[in-house]
Amino acid sequence: MPNRFPNIEASIRVVLPKLGIFLDDLEGASCCPAPGVIRSFDELTWLALATRNLALAEMSGHDLITGCNGCYSTFKEALTEIREHPGRLRELQKVFKDMDIKFKGKVEARHVIEAIADLGPDKIRSVVTKKLEGIKVGVHYGCHLLKPSKNRPWKKTQNHTFLDELVEATGALSTPYKDKNLCCGAGGGVRAGQVELSIDIAKEKLNNLLDAGVDCIVNVCSFCHLQYETAQDMMNEELGEKKYNIPVLYYTQLLGLAMGLDPSELGLDTHVVDTKPLLDKIYG
Amino acid sequence: MTDDTSFEIIDNDDIDSDFVDEIVKAGADRIRTCIQCGTCSAVCPSGRLTAFRTREVIRKALLGLKEEVLASEDIWMCSTCYTCLERCPRQIKVTDAILIMRNMAVKHGFMLPEHRKTSQKLIQTGHAVPIDDKNRGLRKELGLDEVPPTTHADEKALNDVKEILKKTGFQELIESQEGQ
Repeated sequence: MPNRFPNIEASIRVVLPKLGIFLDDLEGASCCPAPGVIRSFDELTWLALATRNLALAEMSGHDLITGCNGCYSTFKEALTEIREHPGRLRELQKVFKDMDIKFKGKVEARHVIEAIADLGPDKIRSVVTKKLEGIKVGVHYGCHLLKPSKNRPWKKTQNHTFLDELVEATGALSTPYKDKNLCCGAGGGVRAGQVELSIDIAKEKLNNLLDAGVDCIVNVCSFCHLQYETAQDMMNEELGEKKYNIPVLYYTQLLGLAMGLDPSELGLDTHVVDTKPLLDKIYG
Repeated sequence: MTDDTSFEIIDNDDIDSDFVDEIVKAGADRIRTCIQCGTCSAVCPSGRLTAFRTREVIRKALLGLKEEVLASEDIWMCSTCYTCLERCPRQIKVTDAILIMRNMAVKHGFMLPEHRKTSQKLIQTGHAVPIDDKNRGLRKELGLDEVPPTTHADEKALNDVKEILKKTGFQELIESQEGQ
């Protein structure tokens, strides 16, 4: 996220403290590493780098928090692997030999939206100063936030509503659309390795979102975000017309607007898909 | 030989009876209980747009058609959405099985060029997606540190990461792909 979407990072850094959540930087962190690519190539490498990042958090005395479903998946799955197979930790200790990396596996990995969901919609309503009334939102949860469900903290295993409730707490309307729980098509190395297929999957969702007449998409993942931001441009270019123009917002950007923050402070003037139509509707 | 009327004959030489054992050992322990119901294919987002059939990959794995599975691009069409794993009536960790087969494919030299590039970036910078000039500029504009406090800003951390990638054999694995 810091390397690809500083605009989302800025929104997280400005919004979370206003909710009473204070962040420390995980200094020296590396790529999580990405569950779709690196885990597909060499599982031990994936587990070792994930554990190093988790260890940095554990040694700092804090839980690890991430704003990306991919990173979240890596850390949740790595913790599960280590806890279910204690032998893995010994295997990793050999890899970490002569490095000052100590790891007991006590740390937890959390998602930004998980921390916000813990506060609940009532808390969100209490910080909203500019209700986003009349704004139709297409909510996209993203696969790795929710699955595998046995390693996730949510109360339900499917048909989730927590993100819709958090969106509606801003005064906006979460609008139903066809195949809402379908994958964005970016994960699993597909975006890098099979671009056409990846964009075709996104196209299906974007067509459904267009049909539902949403004013914006709200997501909580840097990779889903990238997919919706860039796929629309690519599809327009292929079509030769500007058919796909749905602004793509990360949840803390939407919430920031509802808290009366300046759009530029939330990085909303730096998006690929122009956010102005949405902002005009809000401030209109 | 395949045409509309004859059955496809599997040659004994194409069957590696250890293939399933390897997949089981690596964690997809219930794969042998597959009843070929096709739920995995039915819920697959890639499968609804392409000829990729998860059920077929699992069947081929169970038959021991190692070379055919590992050399095929099919296993790289999975977006790892985990819906098949969630819905499998036999509780097979289908997505995990695909990840295991991908690991094997890479070891056998089957890796997409784009994936090799991503891996090289990780080896060089500690990030599969390193910072670029555009995002450096954007960070400054947004009032963030121009370089994030990751391996990008910490030489010792980057060296640790590089050391780990050597010890796990990742660097060698990726370098060995270059001639493929």
